[in-house]
Amino acid sequence: MSGATRGTMKALYFAWVRERVGRAEEELSPPPTVETVGDLVAWLSGRGEGYARAFDKPAGVRAALDRMHVRRDASIAGAKEVAFFPPMTGG
Amino acid sequence: MATIRVQGQDFDPGAEVEALARGRTDVGAVVSFVGYCRGEGGSLAALDLEHYPGMAEEEIARAADEAEARWPLLGATVIHRYGPIAPGERIVLVAVAAEHRGAAFAAAEMLMDYLKTRAPFWKRAIRSDGAVEGWIESKKEDDQSAARWSGAD
Repeated sequence: MSGATRGTMKALYFAWVRERVGRAEEELSPPPTVETVGDLVAWLSGRGEGYARAFDKPAGVRAALDRMHVRRDASIAGAKEVAFFPPMTGG
Repeated sequence: MATIRVQGQDFDPGAEVEALARGRTDVGAVVSFVGYCRGEGGSLAALDLEHYPGMAEEEIARAADEAEARWPLLGATVIHRYGPIAPGERIVLVAVAAEHRGAAFAAAEMLMDYLKTRAPFWKRAIRSDGAVEGWIESKKEDDQSAARWSGAD
């Protein structure tokens, strides 16, 4: 899928990422130049102070696309849901 | 096929373990692990567990699939709670049935390591004086422990 006609995607934030961003979820419409998860992080970081603080240590925030763990170089093409969260502390 | 439940309420470990072997004659071993909330000398009022609904269940299922591909298992049950959990309360159960104990012990350990590092849950501490502490940080030892099970990753 080319990025040219990409629609919106749902973004979810958890734990301290949610607290810093200031919301649990939202709809995103990134421009076509945003192709990867890493691009999305950079784009989000420019949206305001809360986002910038949430992503100030990029390696400290994990990402999932459509409920699967992904790395920063994963393409967001076709993804319906993206999530950002700290390293997991369950169990 | 594993039984996976992500829930707010408590569970009965004895009943879950028994259910894996009841009515069967092929199960020779059931290994279970129950994780509890520590009180940390009275300073902790509760843990508050946040999770990613949907992905939590799916990620545990992926871990269970890996365990089943790796060892000859006859059943597995994983239960993980979310929400406020007081000291002394149960947080998590992993129970694995197999013909022999070796596979059951190993699979239970792998599942716990994966739960700690890959299942989308986050703990925060609520102190006895009412203070909400920050989010608990992940431990390097948990990553190292989980890395034992992955080949190429």
